[in-house]
Amino acid sequence: MADGPVAEVLLRQLAAADGGLDSAELAAKLGVEHQALVGAVKSLQALGEIIEAELRSTKRWELTAEGEEIAREGSHEARVFRSIPPEGLAQSELMRLPSGKVGFSKAMSNKWIRVDKSAADGPRVFRVVDSVEDEVQRRLQLVQGGQAEKLGEKERSELRKRKLLTEVTLKTYWVSKGSAFSTSISKQETELSPEMISSGSWRDRPFKPYNFLAHGVLPDSGHLHPLLKVRTQFRQIFLEMGFTEMPTDNFIESSFWNFDALFQPQQHPARDQHDTFFLRDPAEALQLPMDYVHRVKRTHSQGGYGSQGYKYNWKLEEARKNLLRTHTTSASARALYRLAQKKPFTPAKYFSIDRVFRNETLDATHLAEFHQIEGVVADHGLTLGHLMGVLREFFTKLGITQLRFKPAYNPYTEPSMEVFSYHQGLRKWVEVGNSGIFRPEMLLPMGLPENVSVIAWGLSLERPTMIKYGINNIRELVGHKVNLQMVYDSPLCRLDAEPGPPRTQGTA
Amino acid sequence: MPTVSVKRDLLFRALGRTYTDEEFDELCFEFGLELDEITSEKEIISKEQGNEKAEGASDVVLYKIDVPANRYDLLCLEGLVRGLQVFKERIKAPVYKRVTPNGEIQKLIITEETARMRPYAVAAVLRNIKFTRDRFGSFVELQEKLHQNICRKRALVAIGTHDLDTLSGPFTYTAKRPSDIKFKPLNKTKEYTACELMNIYKTDNHLKHYLHIIENKPLFPVIYDSNGVVLSMPPIINGNHSKITVNTRNVFIECTGTDFTKAKIVLDVIVTMFSEYCENPFMVEAAEVVFPNGKSYIFPELAYRKEIVRADLINKKVGIRETPENIAKLLTRMHLKSEVIGDGNQIEIEIPPTRADVIHACDIVEDAAIAYGYNNIQMALPKTYTIANQFPLNKLTELLRYDMAAAGFTEALTFALCSQEDIADKLGLDISATKAVHISNPKTAEFQVARTTLLPGLLKTIAANRKMPLPLKLFEISDIVVKDSSRDVGARNYRHLCAVYYNKNPGFEIIHGLLDRIMQLLNVPPGEKKGGYVIKASEGAAFFPGRCAEILARGQSIGKLGVLHPDVITKFELTMPCSSLEINIEPFL
Repeated sequence: MADGPVAEVLLRQLAAADGGLDSAELAAKLGVEHQALVGAVKSLQALGEIIEAELRSTKRWELTAEGEEIAREGSHEARVFRSIPPEGLAQSELMRLPSGKVGFSKAMSNKWIRVDKSAADGPRVFRVVDSVEDEVQRRLQLVQGGQAEKLGEKERSELRKRKLLTEVTLKTYWVSKGSAFSTSISKQETELSPEMISSGSWRDRPFKPYNFLAHGVLPDSGHLHPLLKVRTQFRQIFLEMGFTEMPTDNFIESSFWNFDALFQPQQHPARDQHDTFFLRDPAEALQLPMDYVHRVKRTHSQGGYGSQGYKYNWKLEEARKNLLRTHTTSASARALYRLAQKKPFTPAKYFSIDRVFRNETLDATHLAEFHQIEGVVADHGLTLGHLMGVLREFFTKLGITQLRFKPAYNPYTEPSMEVFSYHQGLRKWVEVGNSGIFRPEMLLPMGLPENVSVIAWGLSLERPTMIKYGINNIRELVGHKVNLQMVYDSPLCRLDAEPGPPRTQGTA
Repeated sequence: MPTVSVKRDLLFRALGRTYTDEEFDELCFEFGLELDEITSEKEIISKEQGNEKAEGASDVVLYKIDVPANRYDLLCLEGLVRGLQVFKERIKAPVYKRVTPNGEIQKLIITEETARMRPYAVAAVLRNIKFTRDRFGSFVELQEKLHQNICRKRALVAIGTHDLDTLSGPFTYTAKRPSDIKFKPLNKTKEYTACELMNIYKTDNHLKHYLHIIENKPLFPVIYDSNGVVLSMPPIINGNHSKITVNTRNVFIECTGTDFTKAKIVLDVIVTMFSEYCENPFMVEAAEVVFPNGKSYIFPELAYRKEIVRADLINKKVGIRETPENIAKLLTRMHLKSEVIGDGNQIEIEIPPTRADVIHACDIVEDAAIAYGYNNIQMALPKTYTIANQFPLNKLTELLRYDMAAAGFTEALTFALCSQEDIADKLGLDISATKAVHISNPKTAEFQVARTTLLPGLLKTIAANRKMPLPLKLFEISDIVVKDSSRDVGARNYRHLCAVYYNKNPGFEIIHGLLDRIMQLLNVPPGEKKGGYVIKASEGAAFFPGRCAEILARGQSIGKLGVLHPDVITKFELTMPCSSLEINIEPFL
């Protein structure tokens, strides 16, 4: 803490100092660990403007452990020299001394000693000179005394090569008086307390400043799934535009409502086992609206309502086959059929967002189930221009304003148009939806009046969501392999607002 | 959507001008095509098989063009060019004519044995045709495109084309026992019986996909000429004898199938496209087909149909105001020769044999709109006045989702399809006890059934997120599916709410507290009286004995809560205790 004795001493020294103090020098002068002094500097800094401290890094020479030993006890060669009595010493014995090996060769090259190989008990070592100057020890002692600068560059590097010296970088502070310098420091309060408020003592107390660079503590909370946040926004858009939500809580559908009612012929490739999940149990629909079924059958096989029909043998058993709906248009067909039964006809705007299923090959952007968004308007005299107008309003609410329309083919809409928008990032037109006017062969057998047109469009929920949240693999978004951290971190869904920064990395 | 691959330079030569890629892309967009990819044979091979294999392959630029699935007349270079040239008013649509030969007409006699598997056949002759390598390639490619699309991989229609000069009519389309059919098939050097061929082609990457159409049938379809030469064994393979080459001058075309209308369309498309290269362009030599009942028909039909549509109807459907004359011009550009007749508001439209997709006035309206240019149409807002309503079940779901998150639970979104194991074995149940609906054609075990409970999905979500800090608190509000014979399709959805708590302790009190909170939100008071709710000790295979309770609300059982059985935890590859709750929210609507 700042009121430690070191801090107080530091402040007193600073008061007396002219200009400032070096933390390392002061530590040496006071005989305290430098680290303790640094601690005092930091705690004083935290109190505000009492002191100013500038970080400096200086290089300093220090002795290694071996260097310290030599400074204390002399160099290995000196120790070898001293251990040799006037009558000499057997070389084998000398080698057993702690400094023996290194010291021997050094003392030899210094010509302090010699070896007599002809001695009776094997080689023997003798002094050559009477006394020696232990230069290594002297130099190391100089460094130890903080006077390394008295040594030449060459001398220092020689000692370093012998691993007796090492150069260390020392981080010191240049401490000077701050604008609110005072030698008497009072303890700063960390937080406001109820007692301070009631006693009014907060008026006289200094408060420790906050570190505004630190992160806050995230609240404990639950999170909504990003895809469903987007779903909520799409629902909102449709509701804002006056569209009523259709019931879609029936994943199981008969081929009749999924295909036949939409004038999709029974040989259509979408009705293939490779594209659609059929059911083994319950394999067939139990009830179909038979009157209507007959009109549908006739339209497919013979035509009618101004149509040539497809001229093939339409089979009821094919229509009865149950499946997992491949689009929510089956629900739209049911809703339009219900609408057709209400007389007189009342205009309607419908929407739905729900799951659909495809027995497709799976990849990074395709799953066997996904969500389809669908909008439908039924009224007298609707035109392609109306469809485009509604699409413009709808996509504007999604923040997509640059649209163009391409002729396309859908089995149950005619005219059909694919909706493209200009993607700034990809710098090209990308398909964002599909649309059209339902065929009369679909609407008239339902019993809708002849001059009623139904415009419709659809898109997937996943694609705009993946673009919105920058997700490349659909499995990261949908299904149990979802990354919960992504769910936790995902921002609000504001479809018409500018995209935010990309989501945090590292958790992906 | 079928993709047609054409050589760019060949296309531009036929169009009589060149385009930049962007210009051609734009033209496609306007016409309802999509320039999908610009590539070359070399690039394709190198992408699929690596750079080494691509060495030496052609680097002629190819345009891959996506064609609408109902426009069989645009499936080859010839058709694309004709379509675009007429669209750009550079040429007039040709008139296709069927002509009777001066000599004897080619005859194809159908015997009654074919009735049970492929009863229909049609035929025609392209007389004095002049192929080049490119034209021949396109001819073969068109047949393949037709086979893949309108012919439904040869199941509905199969095409055979033959060098007529090697054959001698009349031809017989019959059916025989496979062991009695023996011939030298296309590109083979010796004869095989049909049985042998079916075996050989099992390993043929192209043909193996068609074998199932006739496999296991007692009789196989086969076409002979008057000398007993096999033309083809539809829908599998042609004979080698009548193989056509780039030098063939007279082509006999036969299409057999189960769908008469489509067989006729296919024949019309082939002859309209390639009669262009006959000595008398767009003239097709007729052939006679005699059906088992003795009735005889002349093909190709090449029928032109007339429709009369009022100009104001077209204007009203599209949302434009064009004169009848202009509309007639627009339609003529779409290969639908039109003129104003009658009171000056009626347009008579001639639908050529190439446009089998035009079956209703709405198809004509679309073509007028395409020629006008979709992007030139004035946008307008419908005046339809409506009051929006939410689907009550979804409205309740949305409200509950927010408060579940506010209660500290995180939303999961799991699959509606799963394995039998997920909803039965792993939860200690027998599959028959689940009332689950079963999928007949799942490609993998992940899609065997529709889920009957949300719990497995949440447990799998936890298993995939075991690295996340504990506790994990998840919920999902979504539909499950069970069989229900009171519904028209024999099954129905229920909207469930499921929540799990996964931590070092089971946390039953937390899940129980969540239930209390949900009931508070739904304004259901505790207690058995006055439509309140209680939980009562119960048991369930998925729960630890003595740690399971049934939830009764408003006088009915709505679900269960409890501590999961260690076996369940282990089977879902989890290691910590876990408590869960799952209820049906529909009683609270």
